[in-house]
Amino acid sequence: MIGVRLYMLQRITALLMAPLVIGHIAVMIYAVQGGLSAAEILGRTQGSLLWALFYGTFVVAVALHAAIGLRVITHETFGVGRTGLAILTTGLFLVLAAMGLRAVYAVTAL
Amino acid sequence: MSDGSHSLRVSVWRGTQAGAFEAFDVPMQESQTVLDLVAWIQQNADPTLAYRYACRVGMCGSCAMMVNGVPRWTCRTHVGKVATDGAVEIAPLRNLPVIKDLAVDMDPFFDKWTEAGGAFSPTKSRDDAVEPILPETPERREADAAIECINCAVCYAACDVVSANPDYLGPAALNRAWSLVNDVKDGALDARLIAVSGAGGCHNCHSQQGCVAHCPNELNPTASIAGLKRATVRAALKGRI
Repeated sequence: MIGVRLYMLQRITALLMAPLVIGHIAVMIYAVQGGLSAAEILGRTQGSLLWALFYGTFVVAVALHAAIGLRVITHETFGVGRTGLAILTTGLFLVLAAMGLRAVYAVTAL
Repeated sequence: MSDGSHSLRVSVWRGTQAGAFEAFDVPMQESQTVLDLVAWIQQNADPTLAYRYACRVGMCGSCAMMVNGVPRWTCRTHVGKVATDGAVEIAPLRNLPVIKDLAVDMDPFFDKWTEAGGAFSPTKSRDDAVEPILPETPERREADAAIECINCAVCYAACDVVSANPDYLGPAALNRAWSLVNDVKDGALDARLIAVSGAGGCHNCHSQQGCVAHCPNELNPTASIAGLKRATVRAALKGRI
C-alpha cells in the first residue's frame, strides 16, 4: 500500500542511511579502540553542529524508512486499511523521530 | 497410446472456494498432458467437472491451473514431468475466486489489466501514414520482450504480493503497462504512469520473482515492473505525475 512518493522517500532514506551507518560503525570502533570514556565522547559531541547534523539526519532517515517499511508489512500481514495505515505510519515516524532526536539533543546540546 | 496397465491417481478440486479434492484413477498415456487428465475425467468419469480450455497449444492462456501446488499452463505440461509417485493434484488457480471446480473467475485479473492502463491509446487516425517502427531501438526491444504475454494468469497465481495485498495490480497487468510505456505509437504515457503509481501499483512489488520463475512463456514481469518504477520516479521528479 505505497505509491510513488512513499516509494521514493524510502529509497532516498536508504541511500542516505548507507554512508551514515558506515560512519556510525567507524565512530564506534574508533571510540572503543581508542578507549574513550563517556565524558571524552560528550566533550567532542556537545556543541558540535557537525555531529548534530550527522545523527539528526540519521534519525530522521531511520524514522521515515522504518515507518514506511512497517506500513507495508502491517498492510500485507494484517490487512489494515488506508486510514489505519496513515495513522500508523505518521505515529511511528513521530515516535521514532522524537526518541531519536531527543537522544541527539542530549549528546550534542551544550 | 494407453498401455492399459498403469493409471495415475489424480486428485481434482471440487466445489467453489469451499470444497474438497476428489480422487480419480486415470489411465496413463504416452506424452499425456495435465489437461489430458482433466479432459479424461470429464469425458469418462464425471461429466459435471468444470474446467476451462480452448486452444490446447499454449496460445490462448485459458487452461492454467495449480498442479501439485504450482501454477502451470496445463495444455503444455507433461504429466511425466510433474507426477510424483504416480499422483497429481490439480486445483484452481491461486489468488482468483473459484466459480466451480477448476474454473476461476478471471474478472479481477482483467479488471486490474484495465486499471493499470492496459488499453492502447492511439495517436494517429486511419488517415495518417503507418508509422515505421524500428525493431532495434531500446524502447522497441523492451516492448517486444513484454508483449508475448498470453494472459494465462500463472504469474498472478504465483505472486505472493497479490495474496497479501488484494489491491496490487499484479505482474501481468504491470507487464502490459510496461509494453505500452515503450510503444512509441501510444499517447497516454503520463496517464498510464499515474495508473501504475497508486496504492496497488508497481511500487508494491517486492521483486520476489515468482512471476519470472513460473511464466510459461519465460517472460520477465519483474524487469518490466522495475522499468515502471524507474519511469514513474523520473516522471515524479519532473513533476509530470
